[in-house]
Parts: sequence; C-alpha cells; structure tokens
Amino acid sequence: MISRFQTILFAILLLASAIMGVALWQLREHAHQRLLAGEDSAPTQAPAVAPSQQATLLVASDADNTLLSQVQSLPLPQDPGAQARVILGKLLDLYAAPDAAHPVPGGANSIAQVFLLPAPAANSAATPSAADKDNPTGPQLAVVNLTGAFVATHPSGLETEDLTLLSICATLHANLPRVTQVRFLVDGQTRATLAGHADLTRTYLTAGSVPQP
Amino acid sequence: MRWISCTIVLLAAAAAAAAQAPPAPAARFAVVLDAAHGGDDPGGRINDPAGKPEPEKASTLALSVRLRSLLAARGISVVTTRESDATVALDRRAEIANHAAAQACISLHASQTGSGIRLYVSSLPPADPARFLPWKTAQAAWVTRSLALAGVLNSALLHAGFTVNLGRASLPAVDSMTCPAVAIEIAPEHASNHAQSAALDDPAYQARVAQALAAALLEWRTEDRQP
Repeated sequence: MISRFQTILFAILLLASAIMGVALWQLREHAHQRLLAGEDSAPTQAPAVAPSQQATLLVASDADNTLLSQVQSLPLPQDPGAQARVILGKLLDLYAAPDAAHPVPGGANSIAQVFLLPAPAANSAATPSAADKDNPTGPQLAVVNLTGAFVATHPSGLETEDLTLLSICATLHANLPRVTQVRFLVDGQTRATLAGHADLTRTYLTAGSVPQP
Repeated sequence: MRWISCTIVLLAAAAAAAAQAPPAPAARFAVVLDAAHGGDDPGGRINDPAGKPEPEKASTLALSVRLRSLLAARGISVVTTRESDATVALDRRAEIANHAAAQACISLHASQTGSGIRLYVSSLPPADPARFLPWKTAQAAWVTRSLALAGVLNSALLHAGFTVNLGRASLPAVDSMTCPAVAIEIAPEHASNHAQSAALDDPAYQARVAQALAAALLEWRTEDRQP
C-alpha cells in the first residue's frame, strides 16, 4: 500500500523532472539558434604584442667550454616569470639550431615553466622567512621546470650537461639580477641528474655560473 | 732523590732510542679509479670510427683497466669501483673511495661532444676538515687538495700534447668523496681543421691518455711524500 506522503513526493519529483527537461530543451534551442545566426564570440581585438626588449643570453660553446654573451631583441611579457621562460626558450632555440656550438635538441618548448620565489638565506632552512617574502628587492630563487622530452634527448656528458645548466643560470642572472639561486625540476619532479652526470638535486648559485676558460 | 735520578735516566734512554729509531715507513699511496656508469647505466653514446654507437661505460672501463695496469706496474696501490660491466650506485662509488683512504680519486668519463680532455673539480666551496662531514658535501674539505691534483694532471696532459679544459661541476659521487678527487672526461681529439684525429676507442689514443695520467699520478705521489 503506497502512503499518501509517497504519492505526493513522487508527483513533485515528476513535475521537477518535467520542468528541468523543458528548461534544457529551451537552452539547447537557444544555443542552436546562436550557431545558426553565425554569432562570432572570438575577440575582435588582437592581443597586444609586447614591445621588443634587449635580452642577454649566455651561450655555451662545447669547443672551448665557455659561455659567450649574446644580446638579442625579444618581445618580452611584463611578468618576470613569463619573461624568464621566453628568454630561456630563445637560448634553447639557439642550441637546437643545426649549426649550434652547443647542440641540444628540444628548443623553446623544453622550458615548461619558470617560477620566481623569494630565495632562502644560504645558512637558513629552505623556507624563506616572512621578511624575505615581503621584500620586493630581495634575492630570488628561480625554479626551472624542464620537460621530460628535453632531458631524455639531452646529450650525455660532464661538459655538455654542465654547460647547459651554467648557461641557464647565467642567462637568468644576466636578465633578472635578483635571481641568485636556481633549482631544476623535470616534469614537476626532482631528478638526480640531467643526463647521467650533472647534479639536478642541488641549488645552483648564479654568482659562480660563468666558468673560467 | 734516587727516584728523580732514575726518571731522568729513563727519559734520556727513551730520547736516545727515539733518535736512533728508523724513520717510519711512508704511508701507503693508493689511487681510486672510478670507471663511470656500468651495468644498467650505459652513460652517453660514443661513436666509433665506423659510426656505430657504443656506450660510455665501455670506454671508461677500458681506460680504467689500462690505467690500473700502468699504475700497478709503478708500484702504486689501485682500488677500482668496478672491474666489469656491473651496476654500481653513485653512493657506493663514494663509499669505496672513502674506505680506501686514497691519496687520489679519479672518476673517468667519456663524451662524444667537444674535443680533448676536461678536468672537473667539485664546485663545492672549500670547508675546514671535521671529524664528521655531511655526506653530500664531504668533498668540500678536500677541494683545495683536489684543485692541486687537477693542476698536476693538467700539467702532465698539456706536456703530453693534449688540449685540456679545467672546470668546476657538481657531481653526486665526487661530492661525497673524502680524498683529492678529479673527474676526467675524455673526448675525441680534433686537429686544427676540426677534423677528428683520434677516436675515443682508438687504443693508441687511450694508451697516450693513460700514460699521461700515470705520469701525473707519479708526480702527485712525489709531491705527497714531500714534507
């Protein structure tokens, strides 16, 4: 025997289902009409192109184990993290060129992200203090997230791996002088070495990133 | 009074015995040779003259065997981290070197890129020796001696006609070694017109490199024994 209460509840649910079905049907019809009308929701204004700025790249050379300074004019975004990614992308584009002095495949897409964080003091724990976080001119730690594809195809060798890391550190410091420390991730994870040699678990100091010939 | 005179006589006898005692034998001079990679870790790819790729682990082992023979023939005690194509973890390599209490630790690498020979010393800042050292930065207390060893190796290799580059790098195994440690990376030799003049697996090239390194380690032993 079905109680009166259950009968009323069933009727209310049935009514609600019918109302929702009608509402969905009307929404679908509106969407269809909009498509038929050729409504263009694309932005009518092209995104503003960032003005070109001078960027200094420290380009590695396998022949003599050096970094050579090279100035390039690049359209750079305002955000420092995005700026660092564009600059490092250009550096890796040079390495992916056929006649590169430090040949490394991959190019600009090899840098997934660059994060800029307040740098922890050298003699303190890894977590920066509150004072560091509030200091707009304090030293910064750059966390460079490389893609797994870049690391998988990087040539293996002491010199070639070391030069890649040093040139990234030196290029970051040349363009963002507040960057004093650099750490590397691969696909967001820590990794022991770049391609079997250079240590990726440590923090690199940009002050000593230019090797002496 | 009698006790005082007896004590004086005993002290004088002890001093005379100490003066006449033969000099203490020189400490054992040992060298650790670490052929990088091996087993599951092939290292980089090296192209032989026919263009066939070979793993870096084979080149480093061949050079390690050759250098070990030269050093043993000169009376130097040699400890190797591997004698065959075996997987040896980076920490295990440092453990072997530290247990050997060696006067020189040489980590051997090979690379197809670049030219000549590269000598790398740990990029850790020098630190004072201590009874207990952090594992990952133990080499810091030895960096000054490692730089001196790199200088001796550099001189010998230049004297033998090689192109040599010196550098500082962070290398997980070397950074944990408590001995003067240098990582050596050997690349093919190129003539002035950039043409390759000696391949990595060329026995004559490997023999020249091994002889130059052996001469350098003999020189290092001489310096090590000087007061």
